[in-house]
Amino acid sequence: MRYLAPTTLEDAVQMLAEDPGECRVLAGGTDLLVRMRAGMTEPDSILDIKRIDALREITAEDGGWRIGAAVSGAVMNEHEGLCADWPGVVEAANLIGSTQIQGRCTLAGNLCNASPAADSVPAMVAAGAVARIAGPNGTRDVPVEDVPLAPGKTCLEQGEFVASIFLPRRGPRGGDAYLRFTPRTEMDIAVVGCAVSLTLDADGICTAARVSLGAVAPTVILVPQAAATLEGTRLDEPALNALARTCSEAASPIADKRGTVEFRTHVAGVLARRAAKIAHERAGG
Amino acid sequence: MSKIHVTTKINGDPVEYLCEPDETLLDVLRDQLGLTGSKEGCGTGDCGACTVTLDGRLVCSCLVLGAEAEGAEVGTIEGMAEAEALHPLQQKFIEHAALQCGICTPGILVAAKSLLERNPDPTEEETRYWLAGNLCRCTGYDKIIRAVMDAAADMRKAS
Repeated sequence: MRYLAPTTLEDAVQMLAEDPGECRVLAGGTDLLVRMRAGMTEPDSILDIKRIDALREITAEDGGWRIGAAVSGAVMNEHEGLCADWPGVVEAANLIGSTQIQGRCTLAGNLCNASPAADSVPAMVAAGAVARIAGPNGTRDVPVEDVPLAPGKTCLEQGEFVASIFLPRRGPRGGDAYLRFTPRTEMDIAVVGCAVSLTLDADGICTAARVSLGAVAPTVILVPQAAATLEGTRLDEPALNALARTCSEAASPIADKRGTVEFRTHVAGVLARRAAKIAHERAGG
Repeated sequence: MSKIHVTTKINGDPVEYLCEPDETLLDVLRDQLGLTGSKEGCGTGDCGACTVTLDGRLVCSCLVLGAEAEGAEVGTIEGMAEAEALHPLQQKFIEHAALQCGICTPGILVAAKSLLERNPDPTEEETRYWLAGNLCRCTGYDKIIRAVMDAAADMRKAS
Protein backbone atom coordinates (compact mmCIF):
# COMPACT_ATOMS: atom_id res chain seq x y z
CA MET A 1 0.00 0.00 0.00
CA ARG A 2 1.11 3.55 -0.75
CA TYR A 3 0.50 6.60 1.43
CA LEU A 4 0.03 9.83 -0.53
CA ALA A 5 -0.10 13.22 1.18
CA PRO A 6 -0.52 16.06 -1.33
CA THR A 7 -0.46 19.67 -0.14
CA THR A 8 -2.64 21.18 -2.87
CA LEU A 9 -6.08 20.29 -4.20
CA GLU A 10 -4.68 20.14 -7.75
CA ASP A 11 -2.07 17.58 -6.74
CA ALA A 12 -4.70 15.56 -4.90
CA VAL A 13 -6.95 15.45 -7.97
CA GLN A 14 -4.04 14.46 -10.18
CA MET A 15 -2.78 11.74 -7.84
CA LEU A 16 -6.25 10.28 -7.50
CA ALA A 17 -6.80 10.34 -11.28
CA GLU A 18 -3.42 8.80 -12.07
CA ASP A 19 -3.41 6.13 -9.39
CA PRO A 20 -3.45 2.79 -11.18
CA GLY A 21 -5.17 0.80 -8.43
CA GLU A 22 -7.82 1.38 -5.81
CA CYS A 23 -7.09 4.65 -4.06
CA ARG A 24 -9.10 5.69 -1.02
CA VAL A 25 -9.31 9.23 0.30
CA LEU A 26 -8.39 9.60 3.97
CA ALA A 27 -9.83 12.49 5.97
CA GLY A 28 -10.56 11.59 9.59
CA GLY A 29 -10.14 7.87 9.00
CA THR A 30 -12.78 6.90 11.54
CA ASP A 31 -14.60 4.81 8.94
CA LEU A 32 -11.81 4.02 6.46
CA LEU A 33 -9.28 2.62 8.93
CA VAL A 34 -11.96 0.52 10.62
CA ARG A 35 -12.97 -0.91 7.23
CA MET A 36 -9.36 -1.62 6.33
CA ARG A 37 -8.77 -3.41 9.59
CA ALA A 38 -11.89 -5.51 9.07
CA GLY A 39 -10.69 -6.43 5.58
CA MET A 40 -13.76 -4.81 4.04
CA THR A 41 -11.51 -2.68 1.84
CA GLU A 42 -7.92 -3.24 0.79
CA PRO A 43 -6.81 -0.11 -1.04
CA ASP A 44 -3.59 0.02 -3.06
CA SER A 45 -3.12 3.64 -2.04
CA ILE A 46 -4.36 6.04 0.57
CA LEU A 47 -4.65 9.71 -0.28
CA ASP A 48 -4.47 11.79 2.90
CA ILE A 49 -6.11 15.18 2.24
CA LYS A 50 -5.31 16.67 5.65
CA ARG A 51 -2.14 18.42 4.48
CA ILE A 52 -4.13 20.57 2.07
CA ASP A 53 -4.54 23.79 4.09
CA ALA A 54 -7.77 24.91 2.43
CA LEU A 55 -9.48 21.63 3.36
CA ARG A 56 -8.71 22.16 7.04
CA GLU A 57 -10.48 25.51 7.24
CA ILE A 58 -13.93 26.90 7.90
CA THR A 59 -14.29 30.06 5.80
CA ALA A 60 -17.04 32.65 5.43
CA GLU A 61 -18.47 32.68 1.91
CA ASP A 62 -21.48 34.58 0.53
CA GLY A 63 -22.87 34.96 4.05
CA GLY A 64 -22.61 31.21 4.63
CA TRP A 65 -19.83 28.85 5.66
CA ARG A 66 -17.57 26.61 3.63
CA ILE A 67 -16.28 23.69 5.67
CA GLY A 68 -13.24 21.88 4.31
CA ALA A 69 -13.43 18.11 3.97
CA ALA A 70 -10.73 17.64 6.61
CA VAL A 71 -12.37 19.79 9.31
CA SER A 72 -13.12 17.67 12.38
CA GLY A 73 -16.26 17.75 14.50
CA ALA A 74 -14.25 19.17 17.41
CA VAL A 75 -13.08 22.11 15.29
CA MET A 76 -16.65 22.82 14.14
CA ASN A 77 -17.83 22.75 17.73
CA GLU A 78 -15.32 25.47 18.66
CA HIS A 79 -16.31 27.78 15.76
CA GLU A 80 -18.59 30.46 17.19
CA GLY A 81 -19.95 31.78 13.91
CA LEU A 82 -20.82 28.34 12.60
CA CYS A 83 -22.44 27.31 15.90
CA ALA A 84 -24.50 30.51 15.93
CA ASP A 85 -25.78 30.04 12.36
CA TRP A 86 -26.22 26.27 12.16
CA PRO A 87 -26.43 24.82 15.69
CA GLY A 88 -28.37 21.79 14.40
CA VAL A 89 -25.64 20.83 11.95
CA VAL A 90 -22.91 21.21 14.58
CA GLU A 91 -24.90 19.24 17.17
CA ALA A 92 -25.56 16.48 14.67
CA ALA A 93 -21.88 16.23 13.78
CA ASN A 94 -21.01 16.16 17.48
CA LEU A 95 -23.27 13.16 18.06
CA ILE A 96 -20.91 11.01 15.99
CA GLY A 97 -18.87 8.75 18.26
CA SER A 98 -16.81 9.77 21.25
CA THR A 99 -14.62 12.76 22.11
CA GLN A 100 -11.76 10.86 20.45
CA ILE A 101 -13.78 10.30 17.27
CA GLN A 102 -14.77 13.98 17.30
CA GLY A 103 -11.09 14.84 17.11
CA ARG A 104 -10.98 13.23 13.66
CA CYS A 105 -14.41 12.69 12.09
CA THR A 106 -15.60 15.00 9.30
CA LEU A 107 -18.86 16.04 7.63
CA ALA A 108 -17.50 15.01 4.25
CA GLY A 109 -16.50 11.59 5.55
CA ASN A 110 -19.86 11.05 7.19
CA LEU A 111 -21.51 11.92 3.87
CA CYS A 112 -19.25 9.72 1.74
CA ASN A 113 -19.59 6.75 4.07
CA ALA A 114 -23.20 6.89 2.86
CA SER A 115 -24.79 5.25 5.86
CA PRO A 116 -28.56 5.83 6.02
CA ALA A 117 -28.07 6.40 9.76
CA ALA A 118 -25.33 9.06 9.42
CA ASP A 119 -26.09 11.75 12.00
CA SER A 120 -24.72 14.81 10.26
CA VAL A 121 -26.32 14.10 6.89
CA PRO A 122 -30.00 14.82 7.74
CA ALA A 123 -28.87 18.07 9.39
CA MET A 124 -26.90 19.05 6.29
CA VAL A 125 -29.83 18.13 4.03
CA ALA A 126 -32.25 20.22 6.10
CA ALA A 127 -29.77 23.10 6.03
CA GLY A 128 -29.66 22.99 2.23
CA ALA A 129 -25.96 22.16 2.27
CA VAL A 130 -24.09 21.68 -0.99
CA ALA A 131 -21.11 19.37 -1.45
CA ARG A 132 -18.28 20.63 -3.64
CA ILE A 133 -16.87 17.67 -5.51
CA ALA A 134 -13.38 17.84 -7.03
CA GLY A 135 -12.28 15.57 -9.83
CA PRO A 136 -10.35 15.26 -13.08
CA ASN A 137 -13.02 17.27 -14.94
CA GLY A 138 -12.98 20.14 -12.49
CA THR A 139 -15.28 20.81 -9.58
CA ARG A 140 -19.05 20.43 -9.40
CA ASP A 141 -21.53 21.40 -6.71
CA VAL A 142 -24.13 18.81 -5.70
CA PRO A 143 -26.88 19.20 -3.08
CA VAL A 144 -26.03 16.93 -0.15
CA GLU A 145 -29.28 14.97 -0.52
CA ASP A 146 -28.20 13.88 -4.02
CA VAL A 147 -24.83 12.48 -2.91
CA PRO A 148 -25.84 9.17 -1.27
CA LEU A 149 -27.46 6.76 -3.73
CA ALA A 150 -27.73 3.62 -1.58
CA PRO A 151 -26.15 2.28 1.61
CA GLY A 152 -22.39 2.73 1.09
CA LYS A 153 -22.83 4.17 -2.42
CA THR A 154 -22.48 7.78 -3.53
CA CYS A 155 -22.77 9.74 -6.77
CA LEU A 156 -19.00 10.27 -6.85
CA GLU A 157 -17.42 9.25 -10.15
CA GLN A 158 -14.02 7.62 -10.51
CA GLY A 159 -11.33 10.06 -9.39
CA GLU A 160 -13.72 12.38 -7.58
CA PHE A 161 -13.85 13.30 -3.92
CA VAL A 162 -15.74 15.76 -1.72
CA ALA A 163 -13.51 18.78 -1.09
CA SER A 164 -15.84 20.84 1.04
CA ILE A 165 -19.39 21.33 2.30
CA PHE A 166 -21.12 24.68 1.89
CA LEU A 167 -23.76 25.77 4.38
CA PRO A 168 -25.79 28.64 2.93
CA ARG A 169 -26.51 31.99 4.52
CA ARG A 170 -28.72 31.46 7.57
CA GLY A 171 -30.40 34.87 7.46
CA PRO A 172 -32.57 36.38 10.17
CA ARG A 173 -35.26 34.43 12.07
CA GLY A 174 -33.91 31.06 11.03
CA GLY A 175 -33.25 27.99 13.14
CA ASP A 176 -32.31 24.34 12.73
CA ALA A 177 -32.20 21.25 14.92
CA TYR A 178 -31.35 17.58 14.68
CA LEU A 179 -32.56 14.85 17.00
CA ARG A 180 -31.95 11.14 16.91
CA PHE A 181 -33.22 8.20 18.87
CA THR A 182 -30.67 5.81 20.33
CA PRO A 183 -31.19 3.30 23.15
CA ARG A 184 -28.11 4.70 24.87
CA THR A 185 -27.25 8.36 25.37
CA GLU A 186 -23.77 8.13 23.83
CA MET A 187 -21.65 6.01 21.51
CA ASP A 188 -24.56 4.68 19.49
CA ILE A 189 -25.97 4.77 15.97
CA ALA A 190 -29.27 6.45 15.14
CA VAL A 191 -32.33 4.21 15.08
CA VAL A 192 -34.14 7.20 13.59
CA GLY A 193 -32.82 10.73 12.98
CA CYS A 194 -34.69 13.87 12.00
CA ALA A 195 -33.54 17.37 11.12
CA VAL A 196 -35.66 20.48 10.64
CA SER A 197 -34.55 23.88 9.38
CA LEU A 198 -36.99 26.75 9.08
CA THR A 199 -37.31 30.49 8.59
CA LEU A 200 -39.98 32.75 10.08
CA ASP A 201 -41.23 36.12 8.88
CA ALA A 202 -41.54 39.17 11.16
CA ASP A 203 -45.00 37.97 12.26
CA GLY A 204 -43.75 34.54 13.25
CA ILE A 205 -45.18 32.71 10.24
CA CYS A 206 -42.97 29.98 8.82
CA THR A 207 -42.00 31.03 5.31
CA ALA A 208 -39.63 28.22 4.40
CA ALA A 209 -38.79 24.84 5.88
CA ARG A 210 -36.77 21.75 5.09
CA VAL A 211 -37.27 18.43 6.85
CA SER A 212 -34.99 15.42 6.54
CA LEU A 213 -35.12 11.89 7.96
CA GLY A 214 -32.30 9.43 8.62
CA ALA A 215 -32.27 5.65 9.16
CA VAL A 216 -35.78 5.10 7.81
CA ALA A 217 -34.85 4.49 4.14
CA PRO A 218 -31.83 3.24 2.16
CA THR A 219 -30.49 6.79 2.18
CA VAL A 220 -31.12 9.92 4.22
CA ILE A 221 -34.20 11.52 2.67
CA LEU A 222 -35.48 15.04 2.16
CA VAL A 223 -39.22 15.17 2.87
CA PRO A 224 -40.71 18.17 1.03
CA GLN A 225 -44.29 17.18 1.92
CA ALA A 226 -43.33 17.41 5.61
CA ALA A 227 -41.84 20.86 5.09
CA ALA A 228 -45.11 21.90 3.43
CA THR A 229 -47.05 21.13 6.63
CA LEU A 230 -45.03 23.83 8.43
CA GLU A 231 -44.94 26.55 5.77
CA GLY A 232 -47.56 29.23 6.27
CA THR A 233 -48.17 28.20 9.89
CA ARG A 234 -47.03 29.34 13.33
CA LEU A 235 -46.10 25.75 14.17
CA ASP A 236 -49.27 25.37 16.19
CA GLU A 237 -50.60 21.98 17.29
CA PRO A 238 -52.44 21.11 14.05
CA ALA A 239 -49.31 21.93 12.02
CA LEU A 240 -47.08 19.83 14.29
CA ASN A 241 -49.58 16.95 14.15
CA ALA A 242 -49.56 17.12 10.37
CA LEU A 243 -45.76 17.23 10.37
CA ALA A 244 -45.52 14.14 12.57
CA ARG A 245 -48.07 12.25 10.48
CA THR A 246 -46.33 13.17 7.22
CA CYS A 247 -42.92 12.13 8.53
CA SER A 248 -44.25 8.78 9.72
CA GLU A 249 -45.84 8.27 6.29
CA ALA A 250 -42.57 9.14 4.56
CA ALA A 251 -40.62 6.59 6.60
CA SER A 252 -40.02 3.21 4.97
CA PRO A 253 -37.60 1.62 7.41
CA ILE A 254 -36.31 -1.89 7.77
CA ALA A 255 -36.67 -3.91 10.96
CA ASP A 256 -33.40 -4.89 12.58
CA LYS A 257 -31.98 -5.47 16.04
CA ARG A 258 -32.05 -1.74 16.73
CA GLY A 259 -35.70 -1.14 15.94
CA THR A 260 -38.82 -2.53 14.30
CA VAL A 261 -40.59 -1.00 11.31
CA GLU A 262 -43.50 0.09 13.52
CA PHE A 263 -41.24 1.69 16.13
CA ARG A 264 -39.11 3.56 13.59
CA THR A 265 -42.18 4.78 11.74
CA HIS A 266 -43.71 6.14 14.92
CA VAL A 267 -40.48 7.68 16.20
CA ALA A 268 -39.90 9.50 12.90
CA GLY A 269 -43.01 11.56 13.63
CA VAL A 270 -42.16 12.09 17.30
CA LEU A 271 -38.65 13.34 16.52
CA ALA A 272 -39.90 15.60 13.72
CA ARG A 273 -42.31 17.32 16.09
CA ARG A 274 -39.62 17.80 18.75
CA ALA A 275 -36.94 18.96 16.29
CA ALA A 276 -39.38 21.42 14.71
CA LYS A 277 -40.09 22.94 18.14
CA ILE A 278 -36.39 23.41 18.83
CA ALA A 279 -35.75 24.91 15.38
CA HIS A 280 -38.78 27.19 15.90
CA GLU A 281 -37.45 28.39 19.23
CA ARG A 282 -34.01 29.02 17.73
CA ALA A 283 -35.65 31.05 14.98
CA GLY A 284 -37.11 33.28 17.68
CA GLY A 285 -40.63 31.90 17.36
CA MET B 1 6.60 -1.73 -0.10
CA SER B 2 8.80 1.14 0.98
CA LYS B 3 8.75 2.50 4.48
CA ILE B 4 7.87 6.10 5.23
CA HIS B 5 10.23 8.31 7.17
CA VAL B 6 8.37 10.32 9.80
CA THR B 7 9.67 13.20 11.91
CA THR B 8 7.43 14.08 14.81
CA LYS B 9 7.39 15.14 18.45
CA ILE B 10 6.28 12.80 21.18
CA ASN B 11 5.76 14.22 24.66
CA GLY B 12 7.86 17.20 23.63
CA ASP B 13 10.83 15.21 22.37
CA PRO B 14 11.78 15.09 18.68
CA VAL B 15 11.37 11.55 17.37
CA GLU B 16 12.05 9.96 13.98
CA TYR B 17 10.84 6.57 12.81
CA LEU B 18 10.21 4.50 9.72
CA CYS B 19 6.76 2.98 9.32
CA GLU B 20 4.75 0.98 6.83
CA PRO B 21 2.04 2.97 5.00
CA ASP B 22 -0.72 0.99 6.71
CA GLU B 23 0.87 0.88 10.16
CA THR B 24 -1.15 2.64 12.85
CA LEU B 25 0.29 5.23 15.19
CA LEU B 26 -0.58 2.85 18.05
CA ASP B 27 1.57 0.10 16.54
CA VAL B 28 4.43 2.53 15.98
CA LEU B 29 4.24 3.76 19.58
CA ARG B 30 4.11 0.29 21.07
CA ASP B 31 6.19 -1.88 18.75
CA GLN B 32 8.83 0.53 17.49
CA LEU B 33 9.20 3.17 20.15
CA GLY B 34 8.58 1.02 23.22
CA LEU B 35 5.84 3.34 24.46
CA THR B 36 3.56 0.56 25.63
CA GLY B 37 1.42 2.69 27.94
CA SER B 38 -1.13 3.14 25.15
CA LYS B 39 -3.10 -0.10 24.94
CA GLU B 40 -4.90 -1.82 22.12
CA GLY B 41 -8.38 -2.80 23.20
CA CYS B 42 -10.63 -2.99 20.16
CA GLY B 43 -8.52 -1.53 17.37
CA THR B 44 -11.62 0.10 15.90
CA GLY B 45 -11.95 3.34 17.86
CA ASP B 46 -14.66 2.12 20.22
CA CYS B 47 -12.85 1.56 23.52
CA GLY B 48 -10.42 4.46 23.94
CA ALA B 49 -7.61 2.38 25.49
CA CYS B 50 -5.21 3.75 22.85
CA THR B 51 -6.14 7.40 23.47
CA VAL B 52 -3.39 9.95 22.78
CA THR B 53 -3.39 13.60 21.80
CA LEU B 54 -2.46 14.62 18.26
CA ASP B 55 -1.73 18.34 17.98
CA GLY B 56 -3.68 18.78 21.21
CA ARG B 57 -6.76 16.85 20.06
CA LEU B 58 -7.85 13.66 21.70
CA VAL B 59 -7.76 10.76 19.20
CA CYS B 60 -7.70 6.98 19.14
CA SER B 61 -4.17 6.14 18.01
CA CYS B 62 -5.49 2.90 16.48
CA LEU B 63 -7.38 5.09 13.97
CA VAL B 64 -4.38 7.22 13.02
CA LEU B 65 -1.71 6.09 10.59
CA GLY B 66 1.89 6.40 11.77
CA ALA B 67 2.56 8.41 8.61
CA GLU B 68 0.00 11.01 9.64
CA ALA B 69 2.11 12.06 12.63
CA GLU B 70 4.62 13.77 10.32
CA GLY B 71 5.24 17.26 11.72
CA ALA B 72 2.66 16.76 14.46
CA GLU B 73 2.88 16.75 18.24
CA VAL B 74 1.83 13.54 19.94
CA GLY B 75 1.07 13.28 23.65
CA THR B 76 0.93 9.88 25.35
CA ILE B 77 0.47 8.61 28.89
CA GLU B 78 4.26 8.41 29.20
CA GLY B 79 4.37 12.21 29.15
CA MET B 80 1.94 12.65 32.02
CA ALA B 81 4.06 12.27 35.14
CA GLU B 82 6.99 14.65 35.61
CA ALA B 83 9.92 12.40 36.44
CA GLU B 84 8.89 10.70 39.69
CA ALA B 85 6.05 13.12 40.42
CA LEU B 86 2.68 11.75 39.39
CA HIS B 87 0.12 14.01 37.75
CA PRO B 88 -2.71 14.86 40.19
CA LEU B 89 -5.06 12.69 38.13
CA GLN B 90 -2.75 9.71 38.46
CA GLN B 91 -2.47 10.30 42.20
CA LYS B 92 -6.24 10.51 42.59
CA PHE B 93 -6.78 7.33 40.57
CA ILE B 94 -4.61 5.52 43.09
CA GLU B 95 -6.30 7.13 46.11
CA HIS B 96 -9.80 6.38 44.83
CA ALA B 97 -8.83 2.89 43.60
CA ALA B 98 -10.21 3.99 40.24
CA LEU B 99 -8.75 1.02 38.42
CA GLN B 100 -8.72 -2.72 38.60
CA CYS B 101 -7.11 -4.46 35.64
CA GLY B 102 -5.66 -1.15 34.43
CA ILE B 103 -5.92 -1.64 30.66
CA CYS B 104 -8.29 1.31 30.21
CA THR B 105 -6.46 3.54 32.70
CA PRO B 106 -3.82 5.18 30.46
CA GLY B 107 -6.46 6.17 27.92
CA ILE B 108 -8.78 7.50 30.59
CA LEU B 109 -6.01 9.54 32.19
CA VAL B 110 -5.00 11.10 28.87
CA ALA B 111 -8.66 11.87 28.09
CA ALA B 112 -9.35 13.28 31.56
CA LYS B 113 -6.25 15.49 31.41
CA SER B 114 -7.45 16.86 28.08
CA LEU B 115 -10.85 17.61 29.60
CA LEU B 116 -9.39 19.50 32.57
CA GLU B 117 -7.12 21.52 30.31
CA ARG B 118 -10.19 22.74 28.43
CA ASN B 119 -12.57 22.89 31.35
CA PRO B 120 -11.02 23.00 34.84
CA ASP B 121 -14.45 22.81 36.50
CA PRO B 122 -16.55 20.25 34.63
CA THR B 123 -19.83 18.93 35.98
CA GLU B 124 -20.13 15.22 36.60
CA GLU B 125 -22.36 14.98 33.54
CA GLU B 126 -19.82 16.76 31.34
CA THR B 127 -17.11 14.46 32.66
CA ARG B 128 -19.17 11.35 31.95
CA TYR B 129 -19.94 12.51 28.40
CA TRP B 130 -16.31 13.46 27.74
CA LEU B 131 -15.14 10.02 28.86
CA ALA B 132 -17.94 8.09 27.09
CA GLY B 133 -15.41 6.84 24.54
CA ASN B 134 -13.26 5.23 27.22
CA LEU B 135 -14.68 1.86 28.16
CA CYS B 136 -13.90 0.20 31.48
CA ARG B 137 -15.20 -3.28 32.14
CA CYS B 138 -14.04 -3.48 35.76
CA THR B 139 -14.94 -0.46 37.80
CA GLY B 140 -18.45 0.53 36.81
CA TYR B 141 -17.03 4.03 36.25
CA ASP B 142 -18.09 5.58 39.57
CA LYS B 143 -14.64 5.55 41.11
CA ILE B 144 -13.14 6.88 37.89
CA ILE B 145 -15.56 9.80 37.84
CA ARG B 146 -14.98 10.53 41.54
CA ALA B 147 -11.21 10.49 41.00
CA VAL B 148 -11.47 12.92 38.08
CA MET B 149 -13.81 15.28 39.98
CA ASP B 150 -11.52 15.19 43.02
CA ALA B 151 -8.40 15.81 40.93
CA ALA B 152 -10.15 18.71 39.20
CA ALA B 153 -11.04 20.26 42.58
CA ASP B 154 -7.45 19.92 43.83
CA MET B 155 -6.01 21.34 40.62
CA ARG B 156 -8.34 24.34 40.86
CA LYS B 157 -7.18 25.01 44.42
CA ALA B 158 -3.54 24.68 43.39
CA SER B 159 -3.80 27.10 40.50
